Amino acid sequence: MTIPVFEPWNDPEAKPLIQFQNVTKRFGEFTAIDDLTLGIYEREFFALLGPSGCGKTTMMRMLAGFETPTDGKIYLSGQDIAPVPPNKRLVNMMFQSYALFPHLSIWDNIAFGLKRENKPKHDIEERVQEMLRLTRLEKFARRKPHQISGGQRQRVALARSLAKAPKLLLLDEPLGALDKKLRQDTQFELMDIQEKTGTTFVIVTHDQEEAMTVASRVAVMDNGKLVQVATPDRIYENPNSVYVADFIGDVNIIEGTAKPTGPDQYDITWKEGAEPLNVKSQNSFSDGQTCHLAIRPEKVTISADKPADADNAVQGRVLDIAYLGNISTYHVELPTGAVIKAQTANTRRIARRAFTWEDPVWLSWTATAGVLLAE
Amino acid sequence: MNRLSWFNTVSLTLGFAFLYIPMVILIIFSFNESKLVTVWGGFSAKWYGELLQNESFLQAAWVTLKVAVLSSTLATVLGTMAAYVLVRGGRFLGRTLFSGMIYAPLVMPEVITGLSLLLLFIGIGLDRGVMTIVLAHTTFAMCYVSVVVSSRLITFDRSLEEAALDLGCSQAEAFRLVTLPIIAPAVISGWLLAFTLSLDDLVIASFTAGPSATTLPIKIFSAVRLGVSPEINALSTIMIGIVTVGVVTASLVTKRQMVRQRRDEQNAERS
Repeated sequence: MTIPVFEPWNDPEAKPLIQFQNVTKRFGEFTAIDDLTLGIYEREFFALLGPSGCGKTTMMRMLAGFETPTDGKIYLSGQDIAPVPPNKRLVNMMFQSYALFPHLSIWDNIAFGLKRENKPKHDIEERVQEMLRLTRLEKFARRKPHQISGGQRQRVALARSLAKAPKLLLLDEPLGALDKKLRQDTQFELMDIQEKTGTTFVIVTHDQEEAMTVASRVAVMDNGKLVQVATPDRIYENPNSVYVADFIGDVNIIEGTAKPTGPDQYDITWKEGAEPLNVKSQNSFSDGQTCHLAIRPEKVTISADKPADADNAVQGRVLDIAYLGNISTYHVELPTGAVIKAQTANTRRIARRAFTWEDPVWLSWTATAGVLLAE
Repeated sequence: MNRLSWFNTVSLTLGFAFLYIPMVILIIFSFNESKLVTVWGGFSAKWYGELLQNESFLQAAWVTLKVAVLSSTLATVLGTMAAYVLVRGGRFLGRTLFSGMIYAPLVMPEVITGLSLLLLFIGIGLDRGVMTIVLAHTTFAMCYVSVVVSSRLITFDRSLEEAALDLGCSQAEAFRLVTLPIIAPAVISGWLLAFTLSLDDLVIASFTAGPSATTLPIKIFSAVRLGVSPEINALSTIMIGIVTVGVVTASLVTKRQMVRQRRDEQNAERS
C-alpha cells in the first residue's frame, strides 16, 4: 500500500479552498498587498512568512473579515467573501495576543463561540469537553486566563478558535510569546491537532524555522508580493531568488558572471585571478550574464588537503568558528578577501577538532550543491 | 518603615492641615451643645436629632439623591456611548471637532452652563423641577464620564473585540458581552464621579431648580445666608461621613482585587 502524497497544489483538478484573485490592499498611500493571486487548498497547513510590514498580517485580516480588499476578490469555497461580515464567516482566528476574555473562565472562553450559535446546552458541554481534552486543559476549565501560564493560555486560544469547527483557522504569530523550548514542543502539537481535526490552517509568522517545521507549503512575502510559494524543502533547496535564499536559513552568496560550457553547465567567473566555479543549473543564463550562486554552508566541505575529485575547491584560512554544540560553522577567508561559511556536524568531541583559528583549509563543493540565481 | 526627614514631615503636616482643618472644625462644632456656632457649650448630639425632625431638609435630601442617581445613570450611559464612538469610531468626518466639543463643558464656567440651560428650559416651556435638574446634571456630568471611560478604552486591547466578532458576535453583542464587562470598573467610577458631582453641585442646580424642587446644596446655601446653624454642621458632617465611607470602600475593593490578581498571576507562573 502506498500512502498518497498530499500535494493538491500539483493537481490541476483540485479546487482551492481559498482563492486570492488579484487582491490589492492600500492604506492611504501605502500599498500593503500588491496584486496578489494565490490558492490555498483544503487540509493544508499554509505558512505566510516574511519580515514585519510585508503584508502577511493584512492578508490574514482580510480572510478573517477585519479588512476588505481595495481591489480584487477573495473566494472561500468558491464564494466571494467580501460582503460576509466576520461573525458570519466560517473562519476563526487565533490572535497573537491570544485575546482571551479576562472576565470569563477557560470553560466559558471556549464555549463563547458555541453559545452564539444557540446550540443545545448539552452539545455545547460536549464540544467544550472535547476541546479541553484535545488541548489537555481539563484541569484548568474553571480557572480564569490570568491564573494559568503562557503556554496554557496559548492552548486555550487554540481550543477556543477550533471549537466552532471552522473551515479555516487563521493563526497570527501563535507561538510568538512562548520561549524557544516550549515553542518547539507546541509546533508539533499544532501539527498534530491540525491533522486530527482536518482543518485548513493558515499561519502567519516571521520565524522561518517555525514555518518550515509546521507548514505543508510556505509563501515567502516581501513588500506586499509573494516572492515564492513552495514546500519547505523546495524553498530551502531551490529558492527562486537571492531574497528567499537569504531569508530562509544561512547561505553563501557568490556573485559572478556566467559562461555556458555545456547543457545546464556553467563556468562562473567570480573574482579576478580565481579559478572559475563549475556549476550545474536548471535556470538558464546567457554568456556574460550576472548571476548569484547561493550555496548552503552545510553543503560546503572543509578539509585539510585539497580533495582530489571535487568539482570546486578553494583554499583559505579559518577566520572564525561558531560552535553551536551539535554543529560548528567555520568562517573561512579566501585570498581574495571573500568569506565563505562551511558547516560540519560535530560527530567527535570538541578536543579532537581538526581545525582551529588561522589554519589553512580547503573548501569544496559539488557542481549541483548550489543554486544559480539571476537576482 | 522609612523615617521621614524633617522637611517631609513639615510639608506633610502643612499640607494635611491646610486640607483638613476646616472640616475638622466643622465636625467638632456639629457636636456643640450651644446654639451659637462659634462658642463651645459642651458635647451633644442633639442637632443630629433635630435634623431628622426637619421636614424641609429631609425633603431636599430626597430630591438631591433622586437627582444624583438619575442624572449619573443617564450621564454614564451617554458618556460611555460617546467615549466608545470617539475611541473606536475610526476617523469619521468631524471626529476632532466632536472630541473637542465633548470636553468643552469641563472648562466652561458653571454659571454659563447653568444660564444657557435655564434659557433653553424657558424657551421650550419646560417647568423647572426635578426633571430639569436631572437634565442639567446629565449634561455636565456626561463629559466627565466620557473622559474616564475613554481613557480606559484607549488601553483596551482591540483584539478582544475582534475575537468576539470572529466567534460570531454582532457588534452590539461584542460590546455587551466583552467590552462592557471588562471596562466595567471605569464605567462604575465614572458613575461615582457623576454621582458626587451632582450631589454637591450648587451653581447649575440653582439655575435649573424650581420652587417645587430644592436640592440640599441650595438648601444649605440659603440657610447659611440667614446665619450658620449647628444643624447645618451636623448635616455636613453626615455628608462627609458618607463620602468618606464610599471612597475608602472603593479604594479597599480595588486594592484587594489588585492584590488577588497579582497573587494569581504569580501562582500561574510558578506552576
